[in-house]
Amino acid sequence: MDPIIATFIEDNIVPKFNYWIYVILMMIGLYAMITKNNLMKKLIGMAIFQTAIILFYVSIGVKDTAGIPIISHHGSEHHQGATVHSESGSSSEEVSPVKVKNNTIDKDKYANPLPHVLMLTAIVVGVSTLGLALAISQKIFKSFGTLEEDEILNKLRPGSHD
Amino acid sequence: MTEHFPVLILLVPLFGALIVVLLGKERPNQCWMTSLISLGISSIISLFTVVAVLADKFQTIRYRMGGWPESNGYEVGIELRVDILAALVVFAVTFVGFVNTIYSKTRAETEVQGKVSFFYALIQLLIVGLCGIVMTNDAFNLYVLIEITSLTSYALIAMGNRRAALSSFNYVIMGTIGASFYLLGVGYLYIKTGTLNIDDIRMVLGNNNLWEHQSIIVAFIFIMLGLWTKMAFFPLHGWLPNAYAYAPSMTGTFMAPLMTKVMVYVMIRVMVWLFGNEFVYSGQHVWGELVIWMSVIAIVAGSLLALARTDIKKMLTYLIVAEVGYMVGGAWLGNVTGQAGAFYHILSDAAMTFCLFIAASIIVLRVGDSRVNAFDNLFRKMPLTMIGFTVGALSMIGLPPTCGFFSKWYLISGGIEAGQWEYVCALIFSSLVNAVIFFRIFERAYFGQITEVKEDFVPFDSDANPETAIKEVPWSMLFPLFIASGFVLLVGIMNRTLFEWIQTALKMVNT
Repeated sequence: MDPIIATFIEDNIVPKFNYWIYVILMMIGLYAMITKNNLMKKLIGMAIFQTAIILFYVSIGVKDTAGIPIISHHGSEHHQGATVHSESGSSSEEVSPVKVKNNTIDKDKYANPLPHVLMLTAIVVGVSTLGLALAISQKIFKSFGTLEEDEILNKLRPGSHD
Repeated sequence: MTEHFPVLILLVPLFGALIVVLLGKERPNQCWMTSLISLGISSIISLFTVVAVLADKFQTIRYRMGGWPESNGYEVGIELRVDILAALVVFAVTFVGFVNTIYSKTRAETEVQGKVSFFYALIQLLIVGLCGIVMTNDAFNLYVLIEITSLTSYALIAMGNRRAALSSFNYVIMGTIGASFYLLGVGYLYIKTGTLNIDDIRMVLGNNNLWEHQSIIVAFIFIMLGLWTKMAFFPLHGWLPNAYAYAPSMTGTFMAPLMTKVMVYVMIRVMVWLFGNEFVYSGQHVWGELVIWMSVIAIVAGSLLALARTDIKKMLTYLIVAEVGYMVGGAWLGNVTGQAGAFYHILSDAAMTFCLFIAASIIVLRVGDSRVNAFDNLFRKMPLTMIGFTVGALSMIGLPPTCGFFSKWYLISGGIEAGQWEYVCALIFSSLVNAVIFFRIFERAYFGQITEVKEDFVPFDSDANPETAIKEVPWSMLFPLFIASGFVLLVGIMNRTLFEWIQTALKMVNT
């Protein structure tokens, strides 16, 4: 393999593969939403699109050394001595407003729970959007007898007798 | 008591919606009465909020939900924040909701048969969402509230005929793309700043001088694209005309004046409060010039598309697309006059679009034809309705005592101040096109021939009957029309005061 490509993959794709996957998933979703003719396939694209964003947010909160974000006073010694390397929260370290004092919580031991909690809300929003869209597509199917967009548009033409 | 106003504005319609669902579909009159009362209370509270903010020398009211105190100078909980701009928009939202409920008294039972309670519940939830969007000070909460308004509006639009269901589906697809782009932008901001509170994000960005960082620029572009999709900025406007034209009439009259305008408010807020003028208007980025040209294209294309329509409601929806171009262009001019003009245009456009949509809905209802020849000789048959329509139309063209003139005046003076002559030309061109569109209608309404109602072209929201003569509608529909046209004049006459309030608020954040 070309060494330039190899270094590119090593530097940019391998350490950030979750972000690449999110971008690829998002593009798949967008492609399906824009180009597919069947309304149900558009909805599948929409679900993929929303899931990609959830993956992105979940990736933000992950740190290499961190465990689940539940503060326990006994179990926290396990993680001591582990190398501190925050990958995805790369820049949040120097600018994070969470100034936890040393004697209380070591922020590298805990995954950031906030993006995950945000995604709980986003999942709920996504589910209700999908549910509503399914209900609407049912209504469309009842009145047009099809879910293919071109057939529906044909039936809406002024000349047709539907 | 004053400090609880922001949350009360939200809670009253929220509980109203719950009560309406409990009342069920058997009691449509009580559903109507409940939502009328709850929206009435909500708009009175928001009026008091305007007064309270003014009395306190434009002091911002902050309300911490759940009473979470700040820690280390950063907000922990979710904050509601009301300054004079938010108070004015919230008042517009709740008051339009209240007046629109009066309008829907007779229409709801015929147009959404058997679903009256759901209609009133959804419209109240929509108002909760819109007020929340305006007041919240939390970037992620803003996303959730945008989705609440979108979900309720998808459902409200889909209550119409089969065309409405199809356009609602397209709106779902476009709306989800828009909201997801916004969410992505917030994600990039969160990576860089570690907070979601809008004021705190601004503070962290400023303290660490992150302005030129790639993530921030990407975040800004994503947020803007998302909001432009939601507000139907020209190349992204595809969902709007069908959705608003085919929705049940009382849904169209509520959403057309408010949805896009609230999104413009969010855009101004993101530009001025979240990122700041120095970042948005800095000469290093190419987007300033680009967006002005995009808004020029939006104004010209929206006006021409409106001119090409013969269907009155479709025509009005394309005028909304042009108006969104006005506001985006005004906000991007890069001076306070342009921003304040865009903001003043939010209020005046809400008033005049409301007025025109009510008038158009009444005419479609009575004449049974949504094409322009519905207006033949209408000044004689429905004089009161046509008075309301005329006020709205003159404001759209921009004749002096109405608010449309003053908002265009401020936008044009902002454009001249910024030296963006293409924007000024587009505004004047759009005014002329509007004049052509509406005087074409006036001519028919005064001198047109009486034509037969085409029986194969009776819209579903019409009760026209060729046997009987066209007559005026009941008071429950005329009264809202007169309130709306009254507000078109009132906002116009009070333009000096309103504009000074807006300018003061915008200057306070810029210094």
